[in-house]
Amino acid sequence: MSIATELSGTEPDSLSFLQGVKDCIPTLLGYVCIGFAAGIVGASSGVSTIEIALMSALVYAGASQFIMCSMLATASPPSVIILTTFIVNARHLLLSASLAPYFTKYSLWKNIGIGVLLTDESFGVASDKLAKGGQVSDRWMNGLNITAYLVWIASCVAGGILGNWISRPEALGLDFALPAMFLALLISQLQSIQASKLKHRLLLVLCMAVLMYLLSWWVPSHIAVIAATMITATIGVLTDK
Amino acid sequence: MNIHPHVLYIIIGGMIVTAIPRIIPFVVLQKLALPKTVLQWLSYIPICIFTALVMENLLVRTETSVTLNGQVLIAVLPTLVTALWSKNLLATVVVGIVSMAIVRLLWLG
Repeated sequence: MSIATELSGTEPDSLSFLQGVKDCIPTLLGYVCIGFAAGIVGASSGVSTIEIALMSALVYAGASQFIMCSMLATASPPSVIILTTFIVNARHLLLSASLAPYFTKYSLWKNIGIGVLLTDESFGVASDKLAKGGQVSDRWMNGLNITAYLVWIASCVAGGILGNWISRPEALGLDFALPAMFLALLISQLQSIQASKLKHRLLLVLCMAVLMYLLSWWVPSHIAVIAATMITATIGVLTDK
Repeated sequence: MNIHPHVLYIIIGGMIVTAIPRIIPFVVLQKLALPKTVLQWLSYIPICIFTALVMENLLVRTETSVTLNGQVLIAVLPTLVTALWSKNLLATVVVGIVSMAIVRLLWLG
């Protein structure tokens, strides 16, 4: 706490709340498109607009919300829906663990606040900043997270309301916003790596792709994401010189 | 326009299980100094996870096999070129969405 307070007086602009908001802007189209699509899928699954609003505010996880809505539509038992939601979102354990060491100087409650609003995209923006040699702060992270959170809720609700008029959101290509963003974040990570290490990282990307393919024969894709990531990160440590 | 108790129960359950994996590392690692090897392992997570999430969208599981999604494969190419060339997140997402819309519009069968 004391360190955070001391820093706040002389904090560079790149670590301010406002800069966090600004750094969130490039990802907002992704949240809007996917949130909009999630709202439409929710409405077509018979989930009311207020339930969509509540779900996006409390669960706040794109893929999980799609799956919750489609499982609600097929009347799956609540225990199965909740367990599936957990499995789909379990990769956040890895994302949070990767980012948490940069926030150890802040208080427990600040850490909880940062962790609870972490998404694939906000993790991507933060790890991108770190990979490019930048620093992160609690204020910056909150600016990033809270902007994304509010835009996500608004987008889901808008999708839920307009869902009655748009029957096939996939025809608009909106669902591709998410993979496109992940691809951009991956390329950005690779572009910030030193030339001498690039070959090693590209081999890890190849290793991930092959593992994802092979594991997909045996386990659901969300399990494959976690397992392939843990195996490849281990290979990365063992092969890095 | 109402909230069914059944849906509310699922939303609260979903909230708990999505918050736990997000929060736990921030709470545990705040007090714990990690060995260098573990930090190095964690530093590979961004590249791994984004590759995984892209691959997740490329692969289609059928009853008997795992194949590539042709539509996604085509739409990925202009998206990849844009990411490499523009280094711009927003531009990449826009090109991705437009590419996918065009592919779906022209896709036969």
